[in-house]
Amino acid sequence: MAGLRPLSAAILQVFSNSRSAIVSRNILLKFFRFQGKRPIRAFQFAWMAAAAILFCSLLSRPCSAQESPYIVTYDHYLEEPGNLEVEYFSTFGTQRAGNDFHSFWMEFEYGATSWWTTEMYLDGQSTFGESTIFTGVRWENRFRLLPREHFINPVFYVEYEHKSEADKILKEVEGVDVESDFLTPNAEARHGSINEIEMKLILSSTFKGWNISENTLAAKNLSNNPWEFGYALGVSRPLAVKASPDRCNFCRENFTAGVEMYGGLGDRYNFGLRNTSQYIAPVAAWNLPSGWTLRLSPGFGLNDNSHRFLLRWGLSREFPGFANMLGHLFGGRQ
Amino acid sequence: MRANTTRHVLLVGLSLAVSLLAVKPEAVFAQDPVADTAPQQKWNYEVLKKAPEKARLKPNPLANDPDAVRAGGKLYERHCAECHGMKAEGNKHAPSLLRVEVRQATPGTLFWVLTNGVVWHGMPVWSKLPEPERWQLVSFIKSVSNSPIQ
Repeated sequence: MAGLRPLSAAILQVFSNSRSAIVSRNILLKFFRFQGKRPIRAFQFAWMAAAAILFCSLLSRPCSAQESPYIVTYDHYLEEPGNLEVEYFSTFGTQRAGNDFHSFWMEFEYGATSWWTTEMYLDGQSTFGESTIFTGVRWENRFRLLPREHFINPVFYVEYEHKSEADKILKEVEGVDVESDFLTPNAEARHGSINEIEMKLILSSTFKGWNISENTLAAKNLSNNPWEFGYALGVSRPLAVKASPDRCNFCRENFTAGVEMYGGLGDRYNFGLRNTSQYIAPVAAWNLPSGWTLRLSPGFGLNDNSHRFLLRWGLSREFPGFANMLGHLFGGRQ
Repeated sequence: MRANTTRHVLLVGLSLAVSLLAVKPEAVFAQDPVADTAPQQKWNYEVLKKAPEKARLKPNPLANDPDAVRAGGKLYERHCAECHGMKAEGNKHAPSLLRVEVRQATPGTLFWVLTNGVVWHGMPVWSKLPEPERWQLVSFIKSVSNSPIQ
């Protein structure tokens, strides 16, 4: 049962199985009805984050926002130098034999140079019927390796994670991460901590408007665990490749759609798909001229080790000239 | 108890971020006219000479598109004005696009620079914009650099 089913059968199952539809409906109902008291804390976080981004956006100028629709996969485009992008992401996930959850993270992405982007993450999660907790921080860096565009463009990614064992953000899937790992109650899991180094080789190509990205991942828990591996693949394209001459929010060029697939590849001793979890997720992004980007991605587990359904969405806003702003704040001569 | 502490850490972190972004936005984003216009000399336009011949000779497929300049202007405002200035006059972050070097560059050369960026010197690659949008940008840049006002 734990093996990977053929992809086509899995997709068919996802779209035709009424159980998946019921699960999706239930999680949406939970989301909108505020069942119980605990999840409200997660909403407080979500609203606080959205309000913070909104507040900041009122104070800044509009700027570029041509973000990819991916949530897990990375392409080779880095943040523009000097810009800060503030992002909020949510994931609602189903859990068999346990409580469904809502995980969320805030992301501060800064373009240090045109070949180096650095990011800080704050993660949290709320397990329905249990509690809402802060689950850790991550510091991520991406380095562009070649100065010019090529057919395949490599980017090196390195990240340090300090998180609790209750972490559920599923920003990447690695090793033999499976759904049953999330069954440990928050009260217990939060006491265990994980320090992890993660590296990725991002390969990305853009051709005739299509972006194709492949990420391979190697992660090492610093407490003497074996190296674990994972992957993410993404394909996307804007709905229109030519800009319309007029300003507009709903032009086709502002929408990008695609699909991403990601999962674990075992560890150093058991490399491969056996006992891993795998997901496929259509993705869509709406890039507003004002600098806002909205992303939406319903994800589907492809085998019995995966969460059956993940609903992800994200809101981000780019702030241009953040470096200048700091310079002014601290009295530096510009 | 610990949940409270972590929540407070979150709140403080978020407040700090908001405060950093919120303080005196006019002052923060105000451009210093002297600093912004003075150091034009420091930019060299050597990168325009590095475009391979094949790229240089590429014609702009949207050269006869009446909407290309307007659409390019919109894209310029959205993606380029932050560094090159609203009027393409350049500033301390990026060179002017009104200079003779840009005026004399072929559309193919400008397209090549847009696509490849000048990564080690601060200009990101713009291949994330689809090809027709990059050609629209080229149309706009050529129109402003050839403008009689200059």
